[in-house]
Amino acid sequence: MAEDNTGNGRKPGVLDQVQELKETIQAKAKEQVEDLKQPEKTQLYRSIFRVKHDAEPRNRALSVLSNVFFHLHPAKVNRDAVRYNFTWGMGGITFYLFVVLTFTGVLLMFYYHPTKIQAFRDILYLENDVPFGKLLRNMHRWAAHLMIVAVWLHMFRVFLTGSYKRPREFNWCVGVLLLVLTLLLSFTGYLLPDDQLGFWAVTVGTNMARATPLLGNEGPFGSMMGMTPYNDVRFALLGGSIVDANALLRAYIWHCIAIPLIAAVFMILHFWRVRKDGGISGPSPVMLESEIKEEKGPRPVVLRPSGMDMHNR
Amino acid sequence: MFGHDWHQLWEIASSPDNVPIVALLFLVPFYMWYAFRQALANDRLIDTLAADPVAAKTQHRKTQPWNPKWDREVHTWPYLMRMEFLVALIITILLMVWSLTLNAPLEEPSNPNVTMNPAKAPWYFLGLQEMLVYFDPWIAGVVMPTLIIVGLMVVPYIDANPLGNGYYTYKQRRYAIWTFLVGFIGLWVSMITIGTFIRGPGWMWFWPSMTWDAERIEYTVNRNLDQVFGINGSWFHALFRVPQDQAAIWARAVFGIFPLIIFFLIGAWLVHKICMSTEFSRRIYKRMSLIQLVTMYALLILMLSLPVKMLARLVFNIKYVWVTPWFSV
Repeated sequence: MAEDNTGNGRKPGVLDQVQELKETIQAKAKEQVEDLKQPEKTQLYRSIFRVKHDAEPRNRALSVLSNVFFHLHPAKVNRDAVRYNFTWGMGGITFYLFVVLTFTGVLLMFYYHPTKIQAFRDILYLENDVPFGKLLRNMHRWAAHLMIVAVWLHMFRVFLTGSYKRPREFNWCVGVLLLVLTLLLSFTGYLLPDDQLGFWAVTVGTNMARATPLLGNEGPFGSMMGMTPYNDVRFALLGGSIVDANALLRAYIWHCIAIPLIAAVFMILHFWRVRKDGGISGPSPVMLESEIKEEKGPRPVVLRPSGMDMHNR
Repeated sequence: MFGHDWHQLWEIASSPDNVPIVALLFLVPFYMWYAFRQALANDRLIDTLAADPVAAKTQHRKTQPWNPKWDREVHTWPYLMRMEFLVALIITILLMVWSLTLNAPLEEPSNPNVTMNPAKAPWYFLGLQEMLVYFDPWIAGVVMPTLIIVGLMVVPYIDANPLGNGYYTYKQRRYAIWTFLVGFIGLWVSMITIGTFIRGPGWMWFWPSMTWDAERIEYTVNRNLDQVFGINGSWFHALFRVPQDQAAIWARAVFGIFPLIIFFLIGAWLVHKICMSTEFSRRIYKRMSLIQLVTMYALLILMLSLPVKMLARLVFNIKYVWVTPWFSV
């Protein structure tokens, strides 16, 4: 290439070199822009996604298995389970709402101080001055209510499909605990605006703790155990004998840190067990009454090893 | 007293924090219908297969469409994940619209000196608050919630019926389904509905067309069961020579045990009667261990105690059945 420019025997000058470089770069750039039309072949893309995403069976399986977020799913699912009518999607909706609540909740935390002086003002500030603050608060509250509805309907569905039966007994128990945690999450959040609504709701709610047998000052045998308003279980919940600054701080910490962490641990367990217990329960083929296997002799029914025979149920 | 104030009802129903309970009043019947439609379809299939042993061996045993050429499983990506994405999208849109149209409630700053009347718990706990009318706080607020949680958790371990695992059915699980419907809809959801719509100032009973009048005074005299029977301890006084005032306390404490024993016996008889009512239920009963039976009977009888106490209170104005110096039931 260099020979062409030196036809008159003159040594190539700086200008010629620049000219040459320009042409090479142009050609290379053209070629590489052309390559970008296939982004999935770039090093950047491959480093992120690791596998091709063609509509081939192998790649469809790999796209689920090789993705940390998707691999919660099995590569393949029961064809009929994909329909909405079996699961109603309520478990998934509940989890999605938990994610929405975490997201909006973290944003709300930027504007909120859990102190008696500032809490209520922060809500007014959120409602009136923070851009989209009102939307943020509304979304957090309505998502919380919706999550409770979704959890109840999820339990309703799981019950009606008999999905708690062997080998999924334990996962049902984990689910019940998650239901309780959901209610507690919502309840602890109720106090945080520090308005009349939350204050009296929490007062009514925690007054019941006063009546705890043995551990509450007004409960059966409470006074015999030495319980007073200043050392009983209600005092422990509120950090005081009335709903005040300490109660606000405790509600805040339970709501934003402790219960979400505990719930997250149970959620990991819940989802993991769904997979380990053989995926979602159905829709499975119906079983007939004549096919019930009679118990062979006395066996410890409750403590019988379960899940191990799930493939020849 | 029976003014026709339907505006009051509208005010309660349209209060933003009550949206979920109003929604639940539509969602629960809808999903119930949705589930039972599938359950009845499956039940018809079960009947056909039970009558036709050949079909039972060859049929795919589902009501969903089926073709022998189809794979039994499909790829998660894209068939399941596109559904999940769609549902997430719909929920997000729903939440956005809901949040743009209705504002989260915010009352006056908290003030311990100004009592809210009625002071209501969040809507999902109104069932427990309603229970306070019928039971003392240690039962309504502590024992009952514990029993609900424990009761739900033991369900898989006391349900000895192996049928209906992973598909909707009514016929094969009649008792389980009825128990759940009575508990979830008959007690839990309906008590929340009462707490939301019926209970006004002073936690008094206001029918849907009545104005919530904070000045209203109710003239009801609640009596304990021992008062109905006129227990005053005169026997104790005569027999054991205890002072009259103490004798009355002891007599009431002893008397109260009997209605409870009678309730538990009748309850156990009723539960047993139901367990023995069909050939299939007797078959399941035989599969159950002693610990399963005792747990199931106890929980069902305790569940029954709520409607019984509600009836006693609302119809017969009876407050306590068993009065002791330490606690009352």
